[in-house]
Amino acid sequence: MTFTIPIDNGDALKNAEADSQRTLYPYVTGTSIVAIKYKDGVLMASDMGGSYGSTLRYKNIERVKAIGKHSLLGASGEISDFQEILRYLDELVLNDNMWDDGNSLGPKEVHNYLTRVMYNRRNKFNPLWNTLVLGGVKNGESYLGMVSMIGVSFEDNHVATGFGNHLARPILRDEWRADLSFEDGVKLLEKCMRVLLYRDRSAINKLQIAKITEEGVTVSQPYSLKTFWEFQAFHNPTAGAQGSW
Amino acid sequence: MDPNFKLFDTCDLDTQGLIAALNATTDAFYVSGAGLGLRIETAGCGGLTRKEPPERETTAGKRKASDEEEEEEEERLNKKMFRNQYDTDVTTWSPTGRLFQVEYAMEAVKQGSAAIGLRSRSHVVLACVNKAQSELSSHQKKIFKVDDHIGVAIAGLTADGRVLSRYMRSEAINHSFTYESPLPVGRLVVHLADKAQVCTQRSWKRPYGVGLLVGGLDESGAHLYYNCPSGNYFEYQAFAIGSRSQAAKTYLERRFESFADSSREDLIKDAILAVRETLQGETLKSSLCTVSVLGVGEPFHFLDQETIQNVIDTFEKVADEEEGEGEAEPAAPAEEGGDGTGDQDVAPMET
Repeated sequence: MTFTIPIDNGDALKNAEADSQRTLYPYVTGTSIVAIKYKDGVLMASDMGGSYGSTLRYKNIERVKAIGKHSLLGASGEISDFQEILRYLDELVLNDNMWDDGNSLGPKEVHNYLTRVMYNRRNKFNPLWNTLVLGGVKNGESYLGMVSMIGVSFEDNHVATGFGNHLARPILRDEWRADLSFEDGVKLLEKCMRVLLYRDRSAINKLQIAKITEEGVTVSQPYSLKTFWEFQAFHNPTAGAQGSW
Repeated sequence: MDPNFKLFDTCDLDTQGLIAALNATTDAFYVSGAGLGLRIETAGCGGLTRKEPPERETTAGKRKASDEEEEEEEERLNKKMFRNQYDTDVTTWSPTGRLFQVEYAMEAVKQGSAAIGLRSRSHVVLACVNKAQSELSSHQKKIFKVDDHIGVAIAGLTADGRVLSRYMRSEAINHSFTYESPLPVGRLVVHLADKAQVCTQRSWKRPYGVGLLVGGLDESGAHLYYNCPSGNYFEYQAFAIGSRSQAAKTYLERRFESFADSSREDLIKDAILAVRETLQGETLKSSLCTVSVLGVGEPFHFLDQETIQNVIDTFEKVADEEEGEGEAEPAAPAEEGGDGTGDQDVAPMET
């Protein structure tokens, strides 16, 4: 196996050779992430699939990771770019720990750092093709925010990426409350994930839910949702499709 | 102590008397004359030397009031810092393991007018003495805001202090921009110290000639640090730097144990009292000092003259009345204990 040494061809926009060096489209992608603030912290759900175009190629990809002591990062989009971001954050957290001075990076700091990184890459026309969800708890305060691949960043009580924006957020807008217990929060997330499972082509039925509180991070073991396929409409799906329309 | 040196304790000598006294001894040291533009060349161990008067904080190189100059002569003589063959370069070690240029840089800090810092658990107060070059000029700025939660007071070469303040502001704002969060002051002082260390290890640089009292907040509360031209930094409950800072330090040493739990108002009062110590008899007026405060829930800001004067009035009232009337009543400001009641008055020194 040969390895190519990375070549810096200069400006990713003007230089012809450099064109091959910048991100043009994603290859292996993860689908939605859905996250909510609840009573004790933040809950984040994602499935474990990595699609290669329309093929559901990888079924064991963890798309939610703990960052430092106080944060959780979930990503949809290009998996290799997510791994690159994890490396940047690893270095960030390492340097923070090396100070060993009682100060530590909280979720707000990590979120802003990521916003800077994503926006700067976008400005160079070489984006990290991800939508990131950053949740965490520090000093009793919960934090939940999102950054897109073009550097759009905001905080909210509930966020979702990709298809989740269209299918999950309406549910959350109706049913989210600030004082959700852990069980209710999980039930709400499962409701959203079930809809995504039925309606999102790139979703697979193997999900993880991660929780972060003042005490720390827990990521659940992968599990499946119960689905029901005996709806009348599924028995004869083309029943209403007469003619060429 | 050599009996000849007793002459310098009172700071009462005029230039002629000083030179006469020096001629009477045969030890080697150098001195700069006041007012006459005199440079004295002396011979002794280390060879014949000719020294310019050291650069003052008021950079035009003018002479300061004679008693301050005499005080630093006294300090220098007492320390016996002689010229020697290892002090030309910052990159030359002496046989006893010292870097003389770095030590000389620390001397520059002592030339500047006093700066004082104290902290409680939640607040930091920085205060300094405003000395102007002449009646015509304004006083030098010695306290700088670095960020809402960090302030710095300098003593020494003001130009170096200004440059380092700009560096600190830049570090603070870059951190704030990237992380949307205030830079912990403990990390800032390490950056500063590393920057100062570089200048002690390059033959084409010189150490910064300024001491910095950095006060700020981070997750663990309020902190006060002193950054030295040598690249060292120390954390303090209270500290004073610059000329006649020893008097302030003595005052602070007596009271520092109570500072951690002090209220904001008491901390300010202590700072102003410490400033008064460095004035050594000169009447304390709000125009003579600058005071700044920062704390939890309180961004860095300067206290205005009126507020400072009000604090001064609470303890100078008795002394002021006495000065005005010229009576020999005891001064007894509330804080000073142990001086007895009838035997001290606060008349200015006799120079």
